[in-house]
Amino acid sequence: MAEVSEVEVKVKKAKEPLLGKKNRLLLSDPLNDSNPITVQVLGICSALAITVKLYPALVMSISVLFVLAVGNVIISLMRNVIPNRIRIIVQLVVVASLVILVDQVLKAYAYDVSKELSVFVGLIITNCIIMGRFEAFALANGPWKSFLDGLGNAFGYAWILLAVAFFRELLGSGTLFGFQIIPTSWYITEGGVYSNNGMMLLPPMALITVGIIIWVQRARNTKLIEEN
Amino acid sequence: MQDLVNIFVKSIFVDNMIFAYFLGMCSYLAVSKTVKTGVGLGAAVIFVMGITIPVNYLLENKVLKEGALSWLGEGFDTVDLSFLSFIMFIAVIASMVQLVEMVVEKFAPALYSALGIFLPLIAVNCSILGGSLFMQEKDFSSIGEATVYGLGSGVGWFLAIVAIAAIREKIRYSNVPPALRGLGITFIVTGLMGIAFMAFMGIKL
Repeated sequence: MAEVSEVEVKVKKAKEPLLGKKNRLLLSDPLNDSNPITVQVLGICSALAITVKLYPALVMSISVLFVLAVGNVIISLMRNVIPNRIRIIVQLVVVASLVILVDQVLKAYAYDVSKELSVFVGLIITNCIIMGRFEAFALANGPWKSFLDGLGNAFGYAWILLAVAFFRELLGSGTLFGFQIIPTSWYITEGGVYSNNGMMLLPPMALITVGIIIWVQRARNTKLIEEN
Repeated sequence: MQDLVNIFVKSIFVDNMIFAYFLGMCSYLAVSKTVKTGVGLGAAVIFVMGITIPVNYLLENKVLKEGALSWLGEGFDTVDLSFLSFIMFIAVIASMVQLVEMVVEKFAPALYSALGIFLPLIAVNCSILGGSLFMQEKDFSSIGEATVYGLGSGVGWFLAIVAIAAIREKIRYSNVPPALRGLGITFIVTGLMGIAFMAFMGIKL
């Protein structure tokens, strides 16, 4: 009997379409219900420091997307041959090689941004999202699922990053992607009444902005509320 | 001497790992529920940073930097291995953590049982690798400066986690809006503490 049911399971697995309901959930869940930053509390380290402007935040998101999706696939392919005791070191080596790749590409094609991101490109290695997803997902699931999980979590990371950067750049410098959004005639220097809030450019405001995003998200999605 | 004190104070207060660069936030948020665990992890971070940053400094200046290999002979003057620094640093940190864990277990069992589960966690704490990368960027002139920088950054991180843990212990008794409880309020309190720490900006000794 057991054999029969096993065969059945195998057939079922093979039948599951590439973007079936479960797989779509892998992509969409991290955007809200299990967002890596606001719910799983992973990857905050590098998320906050590079959100003064939108452009570096976008570059950072793309780098994390690449490292997470590709790394998840690699770890998932190797999951049956990695000895359990040294898995952390194996994971670190995989991430570090991918990050070196990203760093060299950035230095070659986007030198200014790479200077601006400085050590934070290297810190993708210890970005907890990546190790967290390797441990929690890629070590136990197949490559395609891991790829989707990586993409989903990277998007979840990216939207928080871009949201924080949007508010900080708009309120702090009055620009978006470097383009002036607040009309120059509004400024006090031009005879108007408006001036940029320099506070938004300072590091503590990134924390407070994320705090407020968490507040709004949990007020709308009440099942995420913590006991204390 | 004055330089060393300056670097030490600066790395604790002005360039605080948590409040100025947000490094090590993951463990900072996860392990700060009580002061006791906060102290344990903080001590482990000071310890590991004080060891890995000087080691990585030597590695950077004797092996990785452009021309650093010149002590091997004439032909090595132009070798530049700096693109390997990420993987070398993280390898040093991971193996150092392992080594430190074994040494502490053998020679200081009391300390080992106090630090216990926190030591292995540290290999993936962003502030450790961050410290090494900042050390590379700041280009210190001697290993003494690098050591002091490592210890100072560790102490800064220690202060931050102990402070937030104490606040979180107290905040349990106050009436926080439900959606803000736990993570949200911790972020906002950390932000406010960061604003307070900005008062140290520009201090020179």
